[in-house]
Amino acid sequence: MTADMLSQDLSLLIPELLLAGGAMALLMLGVFMKGEGANKLVQWLAVVLLAGAGLASLFLVTGEGQAFDGGFIFDGLARFSKVAIGVVAAIALLLAMPYLKAEKLGKIEYSVLMTLAVTGMFMMVSANDLISMYMGIELQSLSLYVLAAFNRDSLRASEAGLKYFVLGALSSGLLLYGSSLVYGFAGATGFNEIAIAVQSGPSVGLTFGLVFVICGLAFKVSAAPFHMWTPDVYEGAPTPVTAFFATAPKMAAIVLLARVLIEPFGGMVEQWRDVIWIVAVLSMGIGAFGALTQTNIKRLMAYSSISNMGYALVAIASASQTGLWALLVYMILYMIGVIGSFGAILSMRTREGMVEQISDLAGIAQRNPGLGWSITALMFSIGGLPFMVGFFGKFFVVFAAVQEGMLILAVLAVLFSVVGAAYYLRVVKTVWFDEGEVEFVPAAVSVYWVTRLAGLATVLLLPVIGWLVFRAYSVGLATL
Amino acid sequence: MAPIIVFGPLLASAFAGLFGNYIGHRAAQIVTTATVVLSAILSWIVFFDVTMGGNTYTIQVLQWMSVGDFDVSWAIKIDNLSAVMLVVVNTVSSLVHIYSWGYMSHDPHRARFFSYLSLFTFAMLALVTADNFLQLFFGWEGVGLASYLLIGFWYKKKSANDAAIKAFVTNRVGDFGFALGIMAIFSVFGSVNFETVFSAISNNELVTVAGSTLAVPAQDAALSFFGMSFNAIELIAFLLFIGAMGKSAQFFLHVWLPDAMEGPTPVSALIHAATMVTAGVFLVCRSFEIYELAPAASAVVTVIGAITALFAATVGLAQNDIKRVVAYSTCSQLGYMFFAAGLGLYSAAMFHLFTHAFFKALLFLGCGAVIHGLHDEQDMRKMGGLYKMMPMTWVLMLIGTLALTGVGLPPFTLFGMELGGFGFAGFYSKDMIIEEAFMMGQEGLFFGLPAFWIGVVAALLTSFYSWRLIFMTFHGSFRGKQDDYDHAHDSNWVMTGPLVLLAIGAVFAGAFFKDSFVGKDAFNFWGDALPAGPYAEGNYPEYADGYPGTSEYADVAHATDDHAAPTSDAASDDHATDTHADAGHGEAVADAGHGDEEHHGGHHPPAWVLWAPFIVTWTGFFAAIWFYLVKEGMGARIAARGGPLHSFLSNKWYFDEIYHFIFVRGAKGLGDLFWKIGDVRIIDGWGPNGVAGTTLAFAKRMAKAQSGYLYHYAFVMLIGVVGLLLWAQVSAGGQ
Repeated sequence: MTADMLSQDLSLLIPELLLAGGAMALLMLGVFMKGEGANKLVQWLAVVLLAGAGLASLFLVTGEGQAFDGGFIFDGLARFSKVAIGVVAAIALLLAMPYLKAEKLGKIEYSVLMTLAVTGMFMMVSANDLISMYMGIELQSLSLYVLAAFNRDSLRASEAGLKYFVLGALSSGLLLYGSSLVYGFAGATGFNEIAIAVQSGPSVGLTFGLVFVICGLAFKVSAAPFHMWTPDVYEGAPTPVTAFFATAPKMAAIVLLARVLIEPFGGMVEQWRDVIWIVAVLSMGIGAFGALTQTNIKRLMAYSSISNMGYALVAIASASQTGLWALLVYMILYMIGVIGSFGAILSMRTREGMVEQISDLAGIAQRNPGLGWSITALMFSIGGLPFMVGFFGKFFVVFAAVQEGMLILAVLAVLFSVVGAAYYLRVVKTVWFDEGEVEFVPAAVSVYWVTRLAGLATVLLLPVIGWLVFRAYSVGLATL
Repeated sequence: MAPIIVFGPLLASAFAGLFGNYIGHRAAQIVTTATVVLSAILSWIVFFDVTMGGNTYTIQVLQWMSVGDFDVSWAIKIDNLSAVMLVVVNTVSSLVHIYSWGYMSHDPHRARFFSYLSLFTFAMLALVTADNFLQLFFGWEGVGLASYLLIGFWYKKKSANDAAIKAFVTNRVGDFGFALGIMAIFSVFGSVNFETVFSAISNNELVTVAGSTLAVPAQDAALSFFGMSFNAIELIAFLLFIGAMGKSAQFFLHVWLPDAMEGPTPVSALIHAATMVTAGVFLVCRSFEIYELAPAASAVVTVIGAITALFAATVGLAQNDIKRVVAYSTCSQLGYMFFAAGLGLYSAAMFHLFTHAFFKALLFLGCGAVIHGLHDEQDMRKMGGLYKMMPMTWVLMLIGTLALTGVGLPPFTLFGMELGGFGFAGFYSKDMIIEEAFMMGQEGLFFGLPAFWIGVVAALLTSFYSWRLIFMTFHGSFRGKQDDYDHAHDSNWVMTGPLVLLAIGAVFAGAFFKDSFVGKDAFNFWGDALPAGPYAEGNYPEYADGYPGTSEYADVAHATDDHAAPTSDAASDDHATDTHADAGHGEAVADAGHGDEEHHGGHHPPAWVLWAPFIVTWTGFFAAIWFYLVKEGMGARIAARGGPLHSFLSNKWYFDEIYHFIFVRGAKGLGDLFWKIGDVRIIDGWGPNGVAGTTLAFAKRMAKAQSGYLYHYAFVMLIGVVGLLLWAQVSAGGQ
């Protein structure tokens, strides 16, 4: 390997290098600087680093291609995902800062762990080899396990972290087992080679391996039936951690899943489509029905994310270019809705501390109209009510499914979204029409703005989404 | 000018209705009344402009809808017919608005009342100025809505609510027919525009009926309905008449009108006497080109009209509610108009509509004054002798009654002098209808002579019940509480003023407008809008020369007299054999020719026909004197005896009972079935409630599965893996 090639490879890795180096530097900084100021500095530097890494993938990485003998890939999909992940992680950290301070959790490890997790996610979306895939996943997961239990004095947070860790280990096992099967039957770990092997004809071994890999990744996106951890962890983990869980890692995992299914296993669409189909339907269904009886808003968001991942899987199941478009649009809109919603949840702080019950929101629109409107817009958007942007996300997904002739799946998706609308509307109804007198203390600046901007975005992004849908529509038509 | 006439009341209504709470009652009253008065003044200007100057025009306001071939515009059509209606509607409406200042002065919801009144006025104006059937239908429904709102104005009264619903539902039956008629028109002519349709009919243009590819002459087009094939024009005429029956309270669909008296009295005067109920007559006259060529449907119109005239008059004999007597009287007079229209006497029907508007509004408002003066007492059995306490009202009611009963002196020659030939408004219009019915009967028109005899008998009954009303109310001894009598009083000038104006109309409208509506000026007066009628054509053929319209009618009237003549070839083959014999009109030609020679002698009915209404009117008058003044209390004794005839009449021929038995009970049963079984059990049970219940149960069960135990979660995951592996194998194996 010549230095020339190395530098060429490394130029594709600039964002990851930035993140990894940055994480180390921040750790050192935190360890050697003393005082409250250190934490604050580290947090702000981490925010800059996360957003910077995202922007670096947009601006600094000029070329596209594979590196390290095909173990790493940088393409449009990766670029798009990295920007999204970097920005949303930065926002999640912004949301976390006032919370950590108030809950006396202000330790530099939080920022460092988030940076490391994002490094893992960047690796995941660029993985082009079973090994690099696993490396990315584990880097991400291990950081997240710790983050889930970050409030180690809280019993529930520790329990959440432990549950997540054990089940995560189980899923890693499934993933590894699947990878080994794939390696065994394809004779290689690189996605390029696997693709060639798949071309020559699918085998039972490959199918088994693939299903295991799907199971392992489904756990990461909390798709049913590997979703059981989600409500407990979402509820138990500190709220900003939950906000982070519900956004960036989901994006990374779903993009990875899409890449695995469409690139190396693209030739086995017939084999995996039914599996994804059933996982999607189960996720949408369990997400929709499970949320109906929830009273804790974080648990509600957990079911909401299960259900939303179901829709994302519908987009993957369509396995077309339109489907990929739909997936990316859907995920972006989903992350906007979720990060805004968690901003709203983080605003639910009374003088006694955080509250998490939906009933605590009763009548908040009267006392705090800005918050009320934001929650309304966000809930409508996530629920896919016209004419918030979320509606077009769902519309797009269903469109992709219909285009591939998966009518039953499309119909089920719409039906489940009707059930889902019930609980989103229940929140809105509580916000506007119920009587309540819970007074919230004024939200921190970052929380305030994230909530309001995300709420606004559900409406203001309409033209952009309209353009995207139109683009994808014409692309979709071209491939017909 | 025309747009102000039509849309002014709408704006005023919206203003009063939407802002009534903010601007107060007085402002709402002022705005609506001023607007309608302005409309009325402009209407008279338009009226003279059109009927004297012949200045007819159509303003296209906007395109309403355009779907495929279906193209409808919103228009204001000003022609002779709509000008007459504009005058009637706006004059009565403005007087009623003013009258209501006094009548409704104690009502807390006056702003709403005035808003409804103006809304009604707008809808009625939209109806009469329509240039197509769809806009006419809009106005038709609009007045129905306003009527519903106003009947139920005192919505806390159950009887008022019931009456409002009854009126609305009964009108739905008619409107259904009307809507079918409009659809039939569209399917035959491909247009609902008056001009297109009427010219296609009278020129016998080739039309292509929807669903067929063959073009046939309009008069031979056939439509199938319930599997039977009908002549399209007959069917359309019949369906339109169903609509007219509902709105104009004709026999079978009349049941709502008496109950509608639950509304405030000004409403009864405006809507249920002068304007809305005459919409049916207007419709038939507007579509006279259709009815000319639909002898069978015209016969139906005649028969139903005649029956209504008689039936309502008989029922009127035995009613005790002062407003109901007048209501049945209205019903009966509408019957006159219809049988006139059915016999082809469109101008006579419009003439009666015109005069009737004045004297019937006068009578209703007079009743209102009585009711107001007696603190909402409507039962004539509790009145009597009021002429001393309310002399003004008494005089005005007398004028109204004289006009309604058609008091007047027919022309006769005494000692070489031509005398008589004058009277109150009803004398001209009603006697014109009766006499011309006789003439049409002479010509052999179906049901002409029976209609004449029914007209005469109904006139007798009209006279009797009208005088009965006067005597029971104003004469004899007071039968109510003495306290009420002592406080009875004439109304203030706000209420009396409109009455005086209407009384002037009731006295002079007939004499003044006779020549214009049916006499020698009729050719000029109606222009293209209506045929001048056999009376004018028979007696004044020389005036037809001056007929200003472009006019097929003018030429034709001169050449062959008959307005059906443009289609004479068609008439000669298939219509000649019909009962509505065109041959009959042919005789009229001969008659007319004859008339020329003898100078005005030819179209005159025999003297006994002229004197018959005169005689029966006075007979009724004296009979009423005998029963209610000379033998005071005799009527009450007859009622108390409860003989079968009296029960039959006082129960309105048992129509309500029969309808209740046949329709209401059945509909209620059906409704109950759909509600309790269909909706509650099946739709709700299996639908919303069932689904929601199942969903919730499912959600609860799922929440239970979320146990919190780690090993449960791991177990589910592994089951999932196994399941998915199996699924992948099964589905792959299936391929």
